[in-house]
Amino acid sequence: MPQTIAKKRPEFRNIHITQIIGYRLPLAGIMSILHRVSGAVMFLLLPLVVWLLDKSLTSELSYAELLGVVDSVPAKLLLCAIAWAFIHHFWGGIRHLVNDVHIGISREASPKMASGFMVVSLLTSLLAFFAIFGVI
Amino acid sequence: MAGRNIGQKRLVVGAHYGLRDWLSQRITAMVLASYSLILLVAALAAAEPGYYGWASLFAQTWMKVFTLVAFLAFIYHAWVGVRDIWMDYVKPLAIRLALQVFTILWLLGSFVWAVEVVWRV
Repeated sequence: MPQTIAKKRPEFRNIHITQIIGYRLPLAGIMSILHRVSGAVMFLLLPLVVWLLDKSLTSELSYAELLGVVDSVPAKLLLCAIAWAFIHHFWGGIRHLVNDVHIGISREASPKMASGFMVVSLLTSLLAFFAIFGVI
Repeated sequence: MAGRNIGQKRLVVGAHYGLRDWLSQRITAMVLASYSLILLVAALAAAEPGYYGWASLFAQTWMKVFTLVAFLAFIYHAWVGVRDIWMDYVKPLAIRLALQVFTILWLLGSFVWAVEVVWRV
């Protein structure tokens, strides 16, 4: 009885975490994963944001105390992280909404859109960092 | 899926896999984007700088209501997003369920605290 050698079909699986560095992600993919990262950061820091709101609103005294607490480089870096997560997620979300109406989803347009949103996200984040450090 | 969703095969963690989550994510996003921009403009246009300008903004009823509606939009939006993260990366059922319960408690706890903060201004 002739036996046919079964050719093993290729299997495509999720890549392992150790392979992440070796994979070249397109710009739209970078925007996408940063959308997830920034969302996760905001989720984890949500109680901190409520605490900031609490201190800023309770009284003139707590407001002044808060200004004292955030007047250090580590605290300001943490505020920068919150600001970046929010700003990146904001622009990433607008990008999703624009894609939803079928703008910028072709192979040519997608990286252009992604790089445009990336530049806007970085520039507005930079603006926020300057404001947090009192440069502007 | 419906036919096998009985007994030990019952689905206890999952999403709705379709239009509902997609649409709710867009609607809550638009509420949040609008709130963010209005808060930014209102804070920059405050009558006086410092505590009194900031607190008098939140002393108005429309601002309290808008803030808490936006917060509700936030926790629903975050629930859909964070649940997707757990479903993508965490496969063992017990750990995934525990993380989903943690997510709900974390979001609801923050919301209740925010109500207390905003409503006493």
